[in-house]
Amino acid sequence: MPFELETAPNPEKLKRVVIEPVSRVEGHGKVTILLDDDDKVQQVRLHIVEFRGFEQFIEGRPYWEVPVMVQRLCGICPVSHHLAAAKALDMMLGVTITPTAEKVRRLMHYGQMLQSHALHFFHLSSPDLLFGFGSDMAKRNIVGVIAAEPAIAKKGVFLRKYGQEVIRMTAGKRVHGTGAIPGGVNKSLSAEDRASLLKEAYQMIAWSRDAVHLIKGLFEQNLEQYNAFGRFSAHSMGLIRADGAMDLYHGGLRARRADGSTLFDHFDYSNYLDVVVEDVKSWSYMKFPFFRSMGNSDEGWYRVGPLARVNNCDFISTPLADKERKDFMEFDNGSATGSTLGYHWARMIEMLHSAEAIKDLLHDDDICGTELMATGKRQERGVGVIEAPRGTLIHDYSVDENDQVTHANLIVSTTHNNQAMNESIRVVAKQYLDGKEITEGLLNHIEVAIRCFDPCLSCATHALGQMPLEVTLVGADGTAIDRLTRNMHGVCSTD
Amino acid sequence: MTAPILIFGWGNPSRGDDALGPLFVERIEALNLPGVECLTDFQLQVEHALDLQDRQRILFVDASIEAVAPFSVSRLAPARDATFSTHAITPESVMQVYVDLHDDDPPPCDMLAIRGDQFELGAGLSAAAADHLEAALRWTKTWLTQQMPA
Repeated sequence: MPFELETAPNPEKLKRVVIEPVSRVEGHGKVTILLDDDDKVQQVRLHIVEFRGFEQFIEGRPYWEVPVMVQRLCGICPVSHHLAAAKALDMMLGVTITPTAEKVRRLMHYGQMLQSHALHFFHLSSPDLLFGFGSDMAKRNIVGVIAAEPAIAKKGVFLRKYGQEVIRMTAGKRVHGTGAIPGGVNKSLSAEDRASLLKEAYQMIAWSRDAVHLIKGLFEQNLEQYNAFGRFSAHSMGLIRADGAMDLYHGGLRARRADGSTLFDHFDYSNYLDVVVEDVKSWSYMKFPFFRSMGNSDEGWYRVGPLARVNNCDFISTPLADKERKDFMEFDNGSATGSTLGYHWARMIEMLHSAEAIKDLLHDDDICGTELMATGKRQERGVGVIEAPRGTLIHDYSVDENDQVTHANLIVSTTHNNQAMNESIRVVAKQYLDGKEITEGLLNHIEVAIRCFDPCLSCATHALGQMPLEVTLVGADGTAIDRLTRNMHGVCSTD
Repeated sequence: MTAPILIFGWGNPSRGDDALGPLFVERIEALNLPGVECLTDFQLQVEHALDLQDRQRILFVDASIEAVAPFSVSRLAPARDATFSTHAITPESVMQVYVDLHDDDPPPCDMLAIRGDQFELGAGLSAAAADHLEAALRWTKTWLTQQMPA
């Protein structure tokens, strides 16, 4: 079925409200809201207005450069791209990496998860959560949080710093690290670094647990609002370990329908194109993925990321996070599991899991091992999938006999969540804006909904030549004079 | 021991003139100057306030489309600015986070804004930006010599 409020019948006759840029998200997003004369919402869209040709940036490069180069696709989640690329190229090399290599990569990944989730919760979302969605704009930012709630903000700074240190010690550098390479890693953790990280590991677990309790408390205090805000029903997808545990680094794909039934489980991600298709719409550069078996993007869209992962797993392998998962699932008869703001709660459970997993890995002697590389039988193609902070991240490469990448396809987490984000802002627009005089505080409710997904919009673009584009020439009286359309295959037409 | 002078440049080396910050840091680092630490990142964030600790002076370096060519220099002050827009914050906000964390003034911080014009993914440094970089390096060498701690 077509989405309510996606496309108004006579948009040229409607008043237009634009939120640009959407703040505290990465990249350049734009929300347009069309209102009729009675200020009733008629159309709401989250657009991607920046075009970046990631795949072209990668194609033609020697494969061994790729795990380093892809870090430059995005300054927000470079480690996720680094690891997804390395995993894809392990497959291309026909390699099963050594225990030390996997554990060093996992440590790097949990460091990234910890620092990313800490940044999002403490610094990007806490202003909304602590001060209220419609509070004074001048206060609604991180320096406002530091001024009003210094203890909370300081924990955020130190959690983030710790995660960055984990990355630096495993990747070799703060940025542009070379830790993961096709076939393994180029270094393990030094004894000195291991001791240094262990010294603070338990404090990070305690602070992460405090953060889970903070968001849980906010749900308890604002139960009705938090449950209803931007609420919608959706299918979900993410990686899952063979025994059903949450696994952020490796596993098979599990998809659940909105009613909780299983669509597919432990699916080999190298065949992801058999289950996921990307649709395009003329009004956004970001694609709209959907489950192939459901036929179209109107029926088959889904959500990924912390909420999907916590809901989809059977258990979490670290004890404190698993206890918090159970509390989350049982809270108010499970109402938080379908709440858009439930992303924040789930995100903090994952942060706690990451802190516990870091501690466990630091106690594992393999982390300082010397078997760093493995060899195998070379293939033409490799696919790497990882659960990045924002959700499932897919890297898919074909490499020729000259070791050059001939084809690249990336589906980033934010793209998976495209329809879910659009759905959330339509619900919020109906809930808070319909028939009202629009204020900045009310508009921030739209941004609050988007920020629940922690989107990285700069990542979520199409490849060159596959980008649908619509150019409309509008006369002074507001009527459309001419329109040129280029479809996803690069074919232009007029109507 | 913490080096008394910090040079902190940021930007994406693969986005055309956005590479000015990291390239600047790379060139200064190659000089192996005593008492000078060089750091780089994709963008500034709150935890960078911790990098300001125990310094005598800091030079922030970034590409700028607003700076008058070849570069501009300004003294920074902590500010609770509302310019947050993405996952990045301004150097003034980093200084303010330092104040809030330590309840003390941060060390003196200068901003070196090097003029850049093109920022496309995959593009190299433009010829004009390369000239601006050289000019900024010449200025900084003098600045470092004059300001080197005893």
